[in-house]
Amino acid sequence: MTLIQEIDYGTPASKSDKTVTLTIDGRDITVPEGTSIMRAAMEAGIEVPKLCATDMVDAFGSCRLCLVEIEGRNGTPSSCTTPVADGIKVKTQTQRLKDIRKGVMELYISDHPLDCLTCAANGDCELQDMAGAVGLRDVRYGYEGGNHVKARDTSGDINAMWMPKDESNPYFTYDPSKCIVCSRCVRACEEVQGTFALTIEGRGFDSRVSPGMHEDFLSSECVSCGACVQACPTATLTEKSVIEIGQPEHSEITTCAYCGVGCSFKAEMRGEELVRMVPYKDGQANRGHSCVKGRFAWGYANHEDRILSPMIRETVSEPWREVSWDEALTFTANKFKSIQDKYGRDSVGGITSSRCTNEETFLVQKLIRAGFGNNNVDTCARVCHSPTGYGLGQTFGTSAGTQNFDSVEQTDVVMIIGANPTDAHPVFGSRLKKRLRQGAKLIVLDPRKIELVDTAHIKADYHLPLRPGTNVAVVTSLAHVIVTEKLYDEAFIRERCDWDEFEDWAEFVSEARHSPEEVEKVSGVPADLIRGAARLYAKGGNGSIYYGLGVTEHSQGSTTVIAIANLAMATGNIGREGVGVNPLRGQNNVQGSCDMGSFPHELPGYRHISDANTRSIFEDLWGVQLNPEPGLRIPNMLDAAVEGTFKGIYIQGEDILQSDPDTKHVAAGLAAMECVVVQDLFLNETANYAHVFLPGSTFLEKDGTFTNAERRINMVSRVMTPKNGYADWEVTQLLAQAMGLNWNYTHPSEIMAEIAATTPSFANVSYEFLREKGSVQWPCNDAHPNGSPIMHVDGFVRGKGKFIRTEYVATDEKTGPRFPLLLTTGRILSQYNVGAQTRRTGNTAWHPEDVLEIHPHDAENRGLKDGDWVRLASRSGETTLRAQVSERMSPGVVYTTFHHPVTQANVITTDFSDWATNCPEYKVTAVQVSPSNGPSEWQEEYEAQARQSRRIVHVEPAE
Amino acid sequence: MSHDKIVYMANQIAAFFNSQPEAQRAEGVATHINKFWEPRMRRQFFEKLEAGAAFDPLVVKAAELVNRPETA
Ligand code: SF4
Ligand code: SF4
Ligand code: SF4
Ligand code: FES
Repeated sequence: MTLIQEIDYGTPASKSDKTVTLTIDGRDITVPEGTSIMRAAMEAGIEVPKLCATDMVDAFGSCRLCLVEIEGRNGTPSSCTTPVADGIKVKTQTQRLKDIRKGVMELYISDHPLDCLTCAANGDCELQDMAGAVGLRDVRYGYEGGNHVKARDTSGDINAMWMPKDESNPYFTYDPSKCIVCSRCVRACEEVQGTFALTIEGRGFDSRVSPGMHEDFLSSECVSCGACVQACPTATLTEKSVIEIGQPEHSEITTCAYCGVGCSFKAEMRGEELVRMVPYKDGQANRGHSCVKGRFAWGYANHEDRILSPMIRETVSEPWREVSWDEALTFTANKFKSIQDKYGRDSVGGITSSRCTNEETFLVQKLIRAGFGNNNVDTCARVCHSPTGYGLGQTFGTSAGTQNFDSVEQTDVVMIIGANPTDAHPVFGSRLKKRLRQGAKLIVLDPRKIELVDTAHIKADYHLPLRPGTNVAVVTSLAHVIVTEKLYDEAFIRERCDWDEFEDWAEFVSEARHSPEEVEKVSGVPADLIRGAARLYAKGGNGSIYYGLGVTEHSQGSTTVIAIANLAMATGNIGREGVGVNPLRGQNNVQGSCDMGSFPHELPGYRHISDANTRSIFEDLWGVQLNPEPGLRIPNMLDAAVEGTFKGIYIQGEDILQSDPDTKHVAAGLAAMECVVVQDLFLNETANYAHVFLPGSTFLEKDGTFTNAERRINMVSRVMTPKNGYADWEVTQLLAQAMGLNWNYTHPSEIMAEIAATTPSFANVSYEFLREKGSVQWPCNDAHPNGSPIMHVDGFVRGKGKFIRTEYVATDEKTGPRFPLLLTTGRILSQYNVGAQTRRTGNTAWHPEDVLEIHPHDAENRGLKDGDWVRLASRSGETTLRAQVSERMSPGVVYTTFHHPVTQANVITTDFSDWATNCPEYKVTAVQVSPSNGPSEWQEEYEAQARQSRRIVHVEPAE
Repeated sequence: MSHDKIVYMANQIAAFFNSQPEAQRAEGVATHINKFWEPRMRRQFFEKLEAGAAFDPLVVKAAELVNRPETA
């Protein structure tokens, strides 16, 4: 095992397909046109000294260290800013160049502390490397003159140029005394992250890097993505973990376990201690970028709250009892068996996790189908993207996003519907912002003024602030404009879609009630905005749609997905780069958990359980008879539990009590069960109702794969021994064995082999293949040996694309005199889902509690000020939290997140759900907001129950 | 929530298919229920239907095409 060293080519790669041949140091080199001389040299293995250049940002040419000589040209141009030209002859090392470089380095070093031995960057400092490379042997200037290094000058007076360290960010420090003002950090923040948080303050020798308007990092605009830290060639910006631990000695490539972007990282280690996570340049989803969560928020893995020993109890009013694995598993197996004996085969089920690996998810559904003998398996995708599965399945024939993330670089018009990428999918958000700064147009459909509507160097061309719940009306109205103004792509439709179905649909959307003027009345969106947006999307070049939970989590979620698919087909925006329909998936492996057969009606690879051929593939391999009837979905399981026909559940890595709507109903369902098994890292909220707790493992402690929102299968690597003793797949296997199943997997690669053998879209996937390619996008089989970056290239998976009518039906959740406002929910950058992990990291610095965003007008009407405690009540329940008065909201709409259990925003949400998939309607709840002076009754009761339920009796280990 | 879930869900499905071309409506509702409803939900569905619950007329029409679960 070694530390993976990535080559820094100094400047970004050129995308030109024309090539140029030149000579560098006597060697002929052929590179794409537009490549810098520096990069061309590096590709040939010649490293020109450099400080201000790095290949994550464009060259700037300020340090003058990378000079070269070109035959026949005057002077000494900098190789980072000079492009290659045919036939030129370049020299990178001459006496003149050597002298200049030494002089440059001498100046740098004369204003830099010489504490290399005790510096955190020792061994990983480019300034140090360059001093060595140019042969710097002495420095003639001392610190007597102006410098930034010493707090006081030689006479003991305060040195006004010196600045103290800024340690405000929880994860990295800024030590201005070590800064060489190369501006790499500033450019990284602008070009890679797109936040523009850093500037160079002052001029010449006085200049210094400054977050915002001379603020500290934490109070500035900085979102702590870490790009500047990565870009910094010195110890000026350094991870606190490196300062504390030291330089890493080996590393492994792995995948972030937070969101559906699926960023690749190098986990840099010292022994089994994680030193830092560094985004991997070859990562095909993130291309070397990251966000605060994957980069820094991994401390939960070592958090003291982690439960490491299995625990059981007969009733939830008893305290937990720590037991051996054996005892816990036997206890569980016996419970499930006796429940099935008493209440029938269908009285138990399970939930797979979108946070676990594909292999682990596959095993859980296998345990349920083959071991429990029913199809009562579901996953948290139920509560987020199940309508995507239904809607895209009906229209296109497969339920996955059509593009890779790289596709955004080719798009001309982006339409974002009910998604907030800069918070929820940050790295994709940064890549999108980059494209928008290059000139792509932007349309946003969202009740809130999300960050992208108006942010540094980006302004949406159209923001359609629709009333929550009116997506179908507005998207259908966009189609109305496209059809009635004949903006559709007839050639594409005739070739790729069913023309009769198109005509039927076109007639439907053309009806006057779908016109922007009519839809304005229900949606509140001015008609001219709908018209303008439709024209831009249809005729602005490559049009792409990205959507999120603001589309799916509605009673008409599936209908909106269909409406979106219709729009893309009608305008021919499918099947090539730069276009497409892209669901932005929430959790890291929500795509994978769906692929792996986590839904009660589907076997792996989206094949309906009623299909005898598919069943027989698994029946032959598993040696069991599979039940051909669909099983219960999560909400159905809870209903059945309350009715008394569903009694036991195995939940791997999900916290349904906090993440699912209508908390009281979930609690009642769980309380009615006789055996609730929770497998997780922490005693989550669901565990308050559990009888068995099986400790889970983190993504750092297991091998496996995650599949991201672009269908990309990424490797996850074990870099440390599971603290709880077993990876999650091993725990499921032990449970299966305790239930009498003969499972003998010794490594997750064997599980992947079983997936590939049974699932056509995974046929050619194996760990060897993934190691070789880095990652692959399914389908990956003989028809697509290198995977499928773009889907539906030569035609739709289902054959002809299917247009389907989308009638707007208002939700039954309506405002009225008692509940006049609409609540919609979402998430923010620094926290993740139910927050179980992020709340246990330094990320709480940014989001210590959930707040209620409310428009100034609504706040004033209720006598509320920013920061006041408010009572938030709906027909389902009430809670309290703090108000944040915000212009981002439209009047009449309030917004909150659900990251913190004390808030329990889901006490408020109702049990209305999508008509097709039962995906809950999180995004629309009628509420009232009023001043409050303390926690609600429910919050107090809940707190007391939780405290009571979390008690643990520690037993002395038996001899 | 006070509404009857089975009736409510079936009517929601009908609301979608009611807007589809006439020929596809009843079959659309029935296929959807057959594909996604677990047997005990379909059993309750038939019980409610026989008890004359307030189903959308399309649901009533589609019921002939819904698979009857084996009686437990
Ligand atoms: S951490 Fe990211 S957002 Fe913050 S200053 Fe650095 S590059 Fe900019
Ligand atoms: S902080 Fe680092 S990257 Fe930024 S200017 Fe200073 S030395 Fe360069
Ligand atoms: S949370 Fe998402 S965007 Fe951030 S590093 Fe992880 S995968 Fe990438
Ligand atoms: S690396 Fe080229 S000028 Fe600094």
